[in-house]
Formats: sequence, structure tokens, C-alpha cells
Amino acid sequence: MSDIATPARSVAQSTRALLILLKARTFIALILVFAFFAFAAPNFMSAANLVIMSKHVALNAFLAIGMTFVIISGGIDLSVGSIVGLCGMVAGWLILHGIDLGLGWSIQFNTVEICLIVMAVGVAIGAVNGFLVTRLNVAPFIATLGTLYVCRGAAMLFSDGRTFPNLGGNPDYGSDSFRLIGAGDVLGLPVSIWMLIAVALIAAYIARRTPLGRYIYAVGGNERAAALSGVRVGWIKMFVYMFSGLCAALVGLIISSQLVAAHPATGQSFELNAIAAAVLGGTSMSGGRGRIGGTIVGAFVIGVLSDGLVMMGVSSFWQTVIKGLVIIAAVVVDQAQQKLQARVALQAEAGA
Amino acid sequence: MSPGLQIRGGSKVYPGTQALKSVDFDLHMGAVNVLVGENGAGKSTMMKVIAGVEQLTSGEILMDGRPVHFSGPDDARRHGIGIVFQELNLFPNLSVAENIFLGRERTRAGIDIDTAAQRRETRALIARLEQDIDPDTPVGDLRVGQQQIVEIARSLAQDARILILDEPTSALSAAEVEILFRVIDDLRRQGVGIVYISHRLEELLRIGDHITVLRDGRITGARPMEGVDLPWIVRSMIGEASKDYAKSDDHPFGPEVFRAEDVCLPRPGGMAVDHVSLTLRAGEILGLYGLMGAGRSEFLECVIGRHPHAGGRLFVDGRPLRHRSVAGRIAQGIALIPEDRKNDGLVQILSIRENMSLSSLGAVSTGLHMDLAAERRVVRDFVRRLTVKIASMENPVSSLSGGNQQKVVIGKALMTRPRVLLMDEPSRGIDIGAKAEVFRTMRDLAAQGLGILFVTSDLEELMALSDRIVVMSNGRVTGRFERRDATETDIVAASAKGHAVHAREPAA
Repeated sequence: MSDIATPARSVAQSTRALLILLKARTFIALILVFAFFAFAAPNFMSAANLVIMSKHVALNAFLAIGMTFVIISGGIDLSVGSIVGLCGMVAGWLILHGIDLGLGWSIQFNTVEICLIVMAVGVAIGAVNGFLVTRLNVAPFIATLGTLYVCRGAAMLFSDGRTFPNLGGNPDYGSDSFRLIGAGDVLGLPVSIWMLIAVALIAAYIARRTPLGRYIYAVGGNERAAALSGVRVGWIKMFVYMFSGLCAALVGLIISSQLVAAHPATGQSFELNAIAAAVLGGTSMSGGRGRIGGTIVGAFVIGVLSDGLVMMGVSSFWQTVIKGLVIIAAVVVDQAQQKLQARVALQAEAGA
Repeated sequence: MSPGLQIRGGSKVYPGTQALKSVDFDLHMGAVNVLVGENGAGKSTMMKVIAGVEQLTSGEILMDGRPVHFSGPDDARRHGIGIVFQELNLFPNLSVAENIFLGRERTRAGIDIDTAAQRRETRALIARLEQDIDPDTPVGDLRVGQQQIVEIARSLAQDARILILDEPTSALSAAEVEILFRVIDDLRRQGVGIVYISHRLEELLRIGDHITVLRDGRITGARPMEGVDLPWIVRSMIGEASKDYAKSDDHPFGPEVFRAEDVCLPRPGGMAVDHVSLTLRAGEILGLYGLMGAGRSEFLECVIGRHPHAGGRLFVDGRPLRHRSVAGRIAQGIALIPEDRKNDGLVQILSIRENMSLSSLGAVSTGLHMDLAAERRVVRDFVRRLTVKIASMENPVSSLSGGNQQKVVIGKALMTRPRVLLMDEPSRGIDIGAKAEVFRTMRDLAAQGLGILFVTSDLEELMALSDRIVVMSNGRVTGRFERRDATETDIVAASAKGHAVHAREPAA
């Protein structure tokens, strides 16, 4: 008996090992990418370069975190890039002009107030998306495509398409600290990285340890069953779009602070990078599956890949091709993992 | 009136069950051959064999005395066999004409679809069925009854010599049933052999020429229609000595836990649930019986709050239910185990643990924080109490067998600590062993003082489990029985009420 049982067990063990490898594939890919550029690109592993790179990655990672929730709930948010642009313009306007009520004087704001207003704008646009999807039953793809255009147009209207320059702020109003969001350091790390760590931890906590997070997965997995189980589907969808809007507003703030200027075209096609990061991190486009940690690793893979290729002097045309191939490969491997995982679970339950 | 198609010694074995046990069936041409039997008796399997969808494990099919073998539905269609399935097989996004000619498009030179010809022929077919349906309407915009007419028209378009109708009237109005019967009469005169399956026994008595009764995969009665009456059919369907599994324990019922008053649910062209009122006492199991489309499931859905526009008043423990949302109803002590486990009961992609606790996460959370250890404890407790056989509660629920999946759904409902448990076809799609366990669980729960309202289409199950029986037909309550006074004949008769009354008028 034992000589029959042994090979069977070793097969199961190798399957399990393969499964673990597949599950960690994005992380393994990240390590490989790092290792490759460490050899191929000079100065790649220098501390200065790593900090710069993480600042790039952070922008996409914020959007990807919001996007992950939306995709897990079974939707999609195409409007995040435009929200970034619009929120940057709102921040620029508030710093340069304040709010002029046409009474011969204007209201000026300090940095904290500006940040809160901009974040409120992002959440409000997310709420519009949520309203369209839940109350008016517009398909998420179309609803957010609509807000994509509306927000981009609104951003252009702010300045007739011109850039708001010199967002240094005014010490008299307490808005001169606005620059610190993009340029400041705390304990050697840029402020934007600290913000990313905070947002990522909150998002991961919501996903794993709150009923809200569980409901997001349930709604994306089977909306009818979730509704019949007492989940308030409408509110859950409302939340994910509002959260995504908030993440986009943060990116708008960071970019306009980093550049000390706000340009209405900022954020174009950012939504595609965010979707790519989420998918690379194992989020299923059909909903119900995905992890915040995976998404962050996915954002790093994309970011490190493009920065590393730039440092190697690869043309940007080739960069785009390579990025596309990596995304396709990721999804193909994901399919293999799902199949294997389902088989292992079936075997385990058949034995029970 | 000679048999045009015969099955001799036909057996069909599926893994685990034998659906047909050596049946001999004669299909008479130029006659209506009616087929009756309970759910799972083998009617649909036998028709699938004739239509080429399934092949016999042993035995043979003879057409005009010569053995034939159908390798697939297309093959059977070439032999002139058309079938209208119980579930509609239409494409809602395509037009009526496109549906009717799907796969057999009228073309010019084999490429260009001759839409004008298709439209013309469709109009002729629809006119023959005395309907007023525009051939260009998308099928999805039609009422279910009209969709069924389209499905029938599709079979007619194929000039079938043998036409099988599997419960064609389940979604038709009385007037539409009359038209269908006229068309059937017409086809019969043209020499078409018709097989007619229905649970509405009155209908069968009216249009049948030959009757065949199936029970547990065997033919228990086959004869010409003369002299057949309802009691004979019911006797053949259920058997003389019906298995009588007595209730395992007798416990006194408590006070009333649930009352529904005048629950109504409008649907296009009528009422899906029409002023249904009933009461349920603690510890009582109330069986809700009826035919497909009688409004039983819809009634349960009204109670759980799936239809916010439903009318009527509901009370739990004498207190009115104010919340309209499902979450609010659950909080007030109602829980539903839906009929469609896959689409309504479970989130297949999530784990067993996540599914079971989905309705009661509040109980393991403080504020926003969820205590995962407490969640695992509660789930483990319910897994043990319901004897769910699982290797790990972290595996996806889709990896379980039907019976264990059903127990997960029951666990989810019980975890909300309901006062009233609504169960819609709790034994559908699960094997016999799991069925027995689900029934035992139901009795245990009732003994613990829960009020259970369960819907079933299985007479035996209804008689065995219910303390009281309510029968619905056409959205209305048509019969109320105490278990000890209830007979199968009365129940079947009550479930056919409302159909027969209208259907008979023109014939008289």
C-alpha cells in the first residue's frame, strides 16, 4: 500500500508547491524585474533612484487601490484620470484665486482646507458615478466614461486650457505649505509615500477585516445572492466609487504640488495604468476576487519596468509594447492558477 | 391511430441514478399522447431520448417498425421530430422571425438572409396560432406566454411529424391555452403525433387520446383515455400504498410567529401573488404546494422583501414588519433559503466560511472591526450542527456537492437567528441521503420552536413533512388542509383550480 500512496502524496505536494509559486507570481516577477535592472541599468539600485521611482509608482498605486475595490465589486471606473486633472485644477484655482463670490472680496484657504475641499470634490464625483450606476442603472463602463469626458472638459474650462503656474502658495493665507505634499520628507521618506502607506493599510484593513469589505467581494461575486443575504448592494457600490474618487483626488493634490503647477490635461490615460496594476495584482475583471497587496505589487511591477527601461535607454515605443505583453502574460498565468486552485479544492472536498 | 414511434425495453442510466427502467412506450400518430408523472419520474428523460438529446443506455427506438438511432437533436429533427422544451430556448435579443428560423435561415445563394421571406412565413405561422405578434419584435420584449407561442411556432415551422410539448401551458393565459388546444386539434387531424406533458391533470383529461403514467422511471399505466378519471391518474402516479413516513416527534405548537395578510404582487397582465393570507405557529411546518408559476416562490420573495412594490401586511410575533429592505426583514427574524441555490443562494467564488457568515457579519463585528476568530468559531459550530462535510472552510463553496452547498445556505439562514424560516424547494438537486438530512434538520428546527414555511412540488415530501398544507394556483390560495385530513387527490385538484374553470367554458 505504502508504495502506491507515496507517489500520490508527492504529486499532491508538487501541485501545492506549484500553486504557491503561482500565487506569488507577481511578487516573483517584481523581484526578477529588480534583479534584471540592478545588473542592466547603472545606478538603478541607488537610494536616490529608488525614492524617485517609488514616488512615480505611488501615483499609480493610489488610483489602482481605488480601482481594485471598484473592480472587485463588479464595476470599472474610467473617470479617475480625469478626476486627477480636475482636482489638480481645483487645487490650483483655490491657491491662486480662492473663492470669489462676486462681492468685491474673496475667501482664501490654508493648505489643510484646500486639501479637504479637493478631496470632497473627488468624493462628490465618485458619488455621481455611484448614483448613475445604482439609481439610474447606467452600466459602469458608460457612466464613468461619461464622467471622464465631463471632468476633463470641466478641467479645461477652469483655465481655458491654460496651466495654473507658480502654485507656491501665500504665507499670508497659510497655503505656502502646499508644496510640502509633493516635495516634503518625513524620516527620509517623501510625504506622498507615507500617504500611500496610510491609504494602502486602510484599504487592506477595509478589505480583510470589515463587513464592508466582505460585502464588496460578495456583491462582485454574485449580486443577487448578496442582495438576498441582506447586503445593501446600492450602498456598497456607492462606497467603492466614492473611495475611488477620493484616491484620484489625492493624486491630483500630489501632482499639482510636485509640479508646483496644475495643467488640465494631467492624468490622461492614468485609468488604464490603474486597471493594469489591479489586473497584474490578481484582481478578476469579472468581480469578487482581488487583494490590495497584490495591486500594490502590480503597480510596482509596472512602474519599475517603465523606469528601468528608461534608464536602459529603451525607446518609449518598445516600453509600451513590453508593458502590454507583461499584462497579457499575467492574465494567462492567472487563468492557469484559477484552474489548478479549483482542482485542488475539489480534490480536497471530494476526500472529505 | 397506429404507433408511429415505439420505445422497446428502453433504459437510461445516469451516474448514480437510473432514470428509465426498461420502458415500452407507444407514440400514436394522429393522436394526443399525454404523459404524466411526478417530478423526477422520467418524463423529460424519455422525451429527450425521443428528441435525440439523450441516447438510451439499452433498448431501442422503432419508427414505423424499423429501428432508428438518433445521434443528436439534428438527427431526430431530420426524422420529423420537433420538441418544445419546458425551459424556453429562445434568444431574447433576436427578433421573433430570427428566432424561428435560427439555424435554418432562408437564404439567397446561401449567404444573404432573405428577411422578407422569413418575415412572411413567420406572419403566416403566427396567424395560424391566432396571435398578433410582429415578426420584428425582439423576443425579450414579449410576455412569457407569447414567448411560449413563439417556441411552438418554431416547432411548427419545421413541419414536424411528431411534436413533443413539455408543459406548454405553464405560462399561458386561459385564452392562449384555448388557441393552443385548437392548434393541437388541427395538427392531430393532419396526422401529427403529439406528446403532451403537463401537471394540469384537467387539461390532460380534456385533450388526451392516450395516457401514459410514469413513476420512478417505470410505466405504471398506459391506456386509451376513455374511462380515465382523476383518481385513476393520481393512483398511478403515486402508487396504491404511498410511503408513509410518520413524523419523528410530536411537539406542541407555540403561539403564532408569522402572519401574512393580503400579500399582492402585480405582474404585467395580472397578479403573480393575489391576496395571499396565511399564518404560521412556532414549531409548525407549513407546506406550500402548487404548480410551476402558481406564485409560491414569488410569495416567499415578497415576504423576504425582494419586491419593494409588493402590497399586503406582514407580522412577526404580532409586530408588523415595517422595513422594506431584505436586510431589515432579516433583522426582524425572517430568513429565506432560495430555490436557485447557484444564482440566489451562494456567492460561488467566495469560501464556505465567507458564504455562511454573509448575512450575520454584524454579530461578529464591533463597529467596523470584524473578529475573524469569532467568525471561524461560529462557522465551525454551524458546520458541526448541520453535519456539513467539508475538508476546510476556506475552500470555495463551489467545490462542494449540491447537498453540502444547500447545508451552507441553511447555515447562513440559521446564523441570523430567524423566527421564521422560508425554504423554497429545499430538496431540489440534492441526492437522497442529503435530502433525508435536510428533512431531519427541518424537523429539529421546528421542534426548537422555529416556524417553517416550505415550498415543494413533490407530493410525497409535502405529505411527509407538513403539519399543515396550503395550496396555491394562479397566485391565489386554492386550498388549506390539516395534514391528517389531506389526501393527494384533493391537493392535486386544488392545485389545478383556476386553470380548469376557464379552460372548460368553450368546450361545454
